[in-house]
Amino acid sequence: MFGYILRRLLYMIPGFIGIILITFVLSRVLPGDPAVMIAGEQAPPDVIAKIRVELGLDQPIYIQFVDYVKKLFQGDFGTAWHTGHTVLQDFSSRLPATVELTLASIFIAILIAIPVGIIAAVKKESILDHISRVFSLIGACVPIFWLGLMFIFLFYSKWGFFPAPMGRISDGINPPTAITGLYILDSLLSGDMIAFKDSLMHLILPAICLSTGTMAIVARMMRSSMLEVIGQDYIRTARAKGMRESKVIMKHALSNAFIPTLTLLGLQFGFLIGGAVITETIFSWPGVGGYITDSILATDYAPIQAFTLMSAIVFSIVNLIVDVLYGALDPRIRYE
Amino acid sequence: MSTADVTIATAPVKKRKRKKTFFTLLLSNRLAVIGLFFIVVWTLLAVVAPWIAPHSPTDTDTVSKLQGPTIQHWLGTDNYGRDILSRILYGARISIWTGLIGVGISFIIGVPLGAIAAFYGGKLGNFIMRCMDVLLAFPSLILAMAIAASLGPGLISAMIAVGIVGIPEFARLMYGQTITLKEKEFVEASKAIGVKDSTIMFRHIFPNALGPILVHATLGMGFAILVASSLSFLGLGIQPPTPEWGAMISEGREYIITGEWWLVTFPGLAIATSILGFNLLGDGLRDVLDPRLRSSK
Repeated sequence: MFGYILRRLLYMIPGFIGIILITFVLSRVLPGDPAVMIAGEQAPPDVIAKIRVELGLDQPIYIQFVDYVKKLFQGDFGTAWHTGHTVLQDFSSRLPATVELTLASIFIAILIAIPVGIIAAVKKESILDHISRVFSLIGACVPIFWLGLMFIFLFYSKWGFFPAPMGRISDGINPPTAITGLYILDSLLSGDMIAFKDSLMHLILPAICLSTGTMAIVARMMRSSMLEVIGQDYIRTARAKGMRESKVIMKHALSNAFIPTLTLLGLQFGFLIGGAVITETIFSWPGVGGYITDSILATDYAPIQAFTLMSAIVFSIVNLIVDVLYGALDPRIRYE
Repeated sequence: MSTADVTIATAPVKKRKRKKTFFTLLLSNRLAVIGLFFIVVWTLLAVVAPWIAPHSPTDTDTVSKLQGPTIQHWLGTDNYGRDILSRILYGARISIWTGLIGVGISFIIGVPLGAIAAFYGGKLGNFIMRCMDVLLAFPSLILAMAIAASLGPGLISAMIAVGIVGIPEFARLMYGQTITLKEKEFVEASKAIGVKDSTIMFRHIFPNALGPILVHATLGMGFAILVASSLSFLGLGIQPPTPEWGAMISEGREYIITGEWWLVTFPGLAIATSILGFNLLGDGLRDVLDPRLRSSK
């Protein structure tokens, strides 16, 4: 197992070089001169020239690439001129909000999609199966930005069930003492129930919005893999032995049917990163996603470049973790 | 009558029968027909938009701004008093074009790359497919965002971004198809009689791989419309005042809190129904073209 992980990590190195190369190339096809963008259109030529030297733009392209890689290894992702901070500083202050939102949406997706998928398979062609099918179809074609705005209209503007879609906690309430950076967890750990209730109410809508696409796809995958598994001989044998149906499904069928769903969950992580950018923008969530939208609007490319690079690397690592988890779920899978 | 005469006489009949079977099967799939209906409706509306749109999509009218649905403005007006129905009709043109060009770019670059990688294999094939893997390592929307941001906001940038994001999927699909097909006797026979590699790929392998590629292209249209509208929503797609569904939702965003729901609701429904159309048709095509799925139904 350890050897397998090490080998996979080694295989990732050329991939990471490719990812770095692509993000570098993208930053070099930018229309306009980055030095002019920083200094301003009216800046005198000597100021622009000085900035060009500072940024290394006067160097040949391969030297620029080597410098870029060197800086990456030093944790230097550049400076976001629209905030005045380094990209890393901005990321680290906003990351807990994004992690909290993403984890909550994965949790909701699994909590709903897995049981729905199982029931839809077990009660095939029932009304519940049809409802889940319609829901999956809608979930796959409704744009996340539209869904979020519809949520805000119905659940905030019209019915007032949830607080204003502005951030992680209401203005009048103090955020919980920072332990993990996740408000829900921190407020529970510090026993601050007012902050817990308020931050939970702020989290529910964006988390459901972000989870909808994943929920729809995972429920469908769970249904189809469950249907495949419950048609197998060993399930018939388990039933023939007189085992309770719930035990047959939960113990024998679920563990095998979950493997394709796990792969899908890993792949959905990429969708969640993209979805987080949009969801955070709609709900004014102070995470990395919202920060990226601000950077787009300010034509500040350094944060976009860093985010693109990091999301590709994290996405690759998540998929490696998923592959490794197979072994834990299915002992027949051996890593060679 | 000789055997040759019989073959000549029956061949066209066989062909006609197969064609009929494909369309009959497709039309007997209820969900595919619904999908086809949505696509045909949106395409027709996009084509005839200049003749049927009740108002100009860009003319502002501050007197009638932010009006809900009325007899004059069926779907209401936006914050500049522009007619939302007219903007949606014109927006269909842009969304369908973006989808078509985006998928076209992915197809034109991805399919030959996949075919070459599988046909020649070796270092070249390995290099091409590893490049595709690197592109696949990026979450789709993030890569599209990065490309559109680096090219500068605009329709062309959005089309290129959508197109590049789709290349690796087409390449991988074609790679898989070519790997199987290149071992078939008809390809080996063509090689043996000295047919050029490009002719084998274009005339023999490509037509046989067309089914799954057609399914992927149909599903890809829905995805392309979704990504393009997301880019516009983020301010990276087409710029105002040109009507585009994602941009219309972005413009109507701040009015949802004050209850002006029509600015966002109708363009969103337009996006959802067009994507639904391509998804349903794609699924239906897959069912028809894959006999295993058909028999399991």
